Amino acid sequence: MSQEEARGAALLVNPIGLHARPSVKFTQLAKTFAAQVEFALAGDGPWIDAKSPVKVMRAKAPRGTTLHFRASGPDAQAAVAAMVALIERRFDEAEPPAGSSAEAGA
Amino acid sequence: MTNELRVRGRSAAPGFAQGPLFVIDDAPATADRRVGAPGEELAALDAAIAAALEGLGRLVEGASGTPAEILGFQLAILGDEELAAPAREAIAAGRPAHVAWREALDAEIAGYATSGDEAFAARAADLTDIRDRVLDAFAGAERRASIPPGMLVVAVDLPPSRFLAVDWGRGGAIALTGGSSTSHVAMLARSHGVPMLVGVDATLQDFARRASQPALLDAEAGELIVAPSGSAREAFRRAAASYARADEASRERIREVARTADGTRIEVHLNVADPGELEALDPAICDGIGLVRTEFLFERSGGLPDEDEQLATYRRLVEWADGRPVTIRTLDAGGDKPIPGLTIDGESHPFLGMRGLRLSLARPDVFRVQLRALARAAAYARDPGQLKVMLPMVTLPRELEAARTILEEELRTLAAAGVRHARPRLGIMVEVPAAAIAADDFAADFFSIGSNDLVQYVAAAGRDNGAVADLADPVQPAMTRLIRGIVDVARARGIDVSLCGDAGGDPRALPALLQAGLRSVSVAPPRVARAKAAIAAVRLPSPAANTDGRHGD
Repeated sequence: MSQEEARGAALLVNPIGLHARPSVKFTQLAKTFAAQVEFALAGDGPWIDAKSPVKVMRAKAPRGTTLHFRASGPDAQAAVAAMVALIERRFDEAEPPAGSSAEAGA
Repeated sequence: MTNELRVRGRSAAPGFAQGPLFVIDDAPATADRRVGAPGEELAALDAAIAAALEGLGRLVEGASGTPAEILGFQLAILGDEELAAPAREAIAAGRPAHVAWREALDAEIAGYATSGDEAFAARAADLTDIRDRVLDAFAGAERRASIPPGMLVVAVDLPPSRFLAVDWGRGGAIALTGGSSTSHVAMLARSHGVPMLVGVDATLQDFARRASQPALLDAEAGELIVAPSGSAREAFRRAAASYARADEASRERIREVARTADGTRIEVHLNVADPGELEALDPAICDGIGLVRTEFLFERSGGLPDEDEQLATYRRLVEWADGRPVTIRTLDAGGDKPIPGLTIDGESHPFLGMRGLRLSLARPDVFRVQLRALARAAAYARDPGQLKVMLPMVTLPRELEAARTILEEELRTLAAAGVRHARPRLGIMVEVPAAAIAADDFAADFFSIGSNDLVQYVAAAGRDNGAVADLADPVQPAMTRLIRGIVDVARARGIDVSLCGDAGGDPRALPALLQAGLRSVSVAPPRVARAKAAIAAVRLPSPAANTDGRHGD
């Protein structure tokens, strides 16, 4: 009944792409959701399990890639919103304090 | 004496070290495992992975900062069942567990190593580390012979966990025949202050024959000397002592602006080969970015980078610099930097062939995309002059004019399409003697002297040939006269002039460069502190005493 579906996309703008440190944050965040969370480098897939560090690293997504997300499960909406926000925050890595990205909302 | 072996390498972490050569050429010991039925083998794999995870977990607990992040990454990867999935399939099909694991991990490692992206390829060492931890666990072995302190460690590559098992507080250094300055072990070496060379120009066998011989590693000059002669030892001792003094003094002063002993302000900018290098740096250490090599964008697999991808990278650089000038060089492919599908293979003299701007003008399709991305990035600059576009290998004024015409066309295209953009400054890299001699003929918005190429062309001494390295002195009289001429033209015209070759960060060359009139240099990030310290030691003659600009040593 609460089987939500959600989709979203975000541009990888951190300098090193979806890489060692970012991939750990990425999968740790995905694992906090009950929903199945997947991402792809193109809008039509192939879809990759966002909870597997090995699969995330195999995707080798460099900076400048648009990551597409889809999720299904009870908290699918929140999962996609959180994943998109993580990427837009550049994985919270060594950024000059811009103070503008704190309004991601729920 | 005659036995001395000198090899060159690229500096990945600065400093000097001496000690016995310690050559690592070992494979994990899985030797004589008894192989059981598939069910037993699956259990053996699980047990080995569990043991390796436990060992890693213990290491993570004792770590913090960069080491903790690196080990945390390894823990995440090894803890993912997906990693062992191919090995499980092979075991079910009858393969021994340790063989199946090795094959599965080797395939995974190959996927990283061949990605064409240096940052990803550098993670192959982490996968190798994970592979060997589990193989060791199969053998029930303790971690392989630990590296004693104070050694000059030579290996093809070094896994982070082996680095972390060494007591570096008691000296030592690393020389890798493979490796990369962006690898995890290089990051660790820099954060632990361990001198390190990568891409050392010899095979492991060359070193294995000389195991435990005394050796000197100079990560400033980029040289490893095995069985040094007395004179080599003496030269090393002097260089190391002056480095230690300068290093001490420079670290406290890295955020101060650079001034000579007489108070002349000198700008120090950064050379950036990959924007990832900037992540950990404070913009306050520099006056701006003096050279961004954009080749990294083009060296990845998957074809040429599109306009949006380039824009994202350039914009990030402009934002990082926080109002300071950012000089981005257009693609400098060719010479020793081939790019598949773009550069021309089989030229008999690649350094004298289609490279730099010559190639860009021959491939305007690629050039226009880059210029559009740069003009769009300029719109994010605090003031329009902050973004400077630098053309490499310019020889004749008409090449600059052709590039300016193309830039103006693309600015009009962007304006017509209503795309946000601004006009960047357009300057030239002065690295071809023709341009250096006739600098006053070029209507450039700025000059940047590319001393590495300029000296190789002026001295007819290839950078890739150690036998003629002595001739390629960047501050020989022919060079300082050329540099003074370029500086004079820039002064007369009121445009910026800087120097972005290795000489700008070399304490031996800096005095002559400043005396030739330069007031701005651009150096690799690890060299900033030492360049500033070297500048502080220079006393320039007062202007009155220097009016004829020529009398000198």
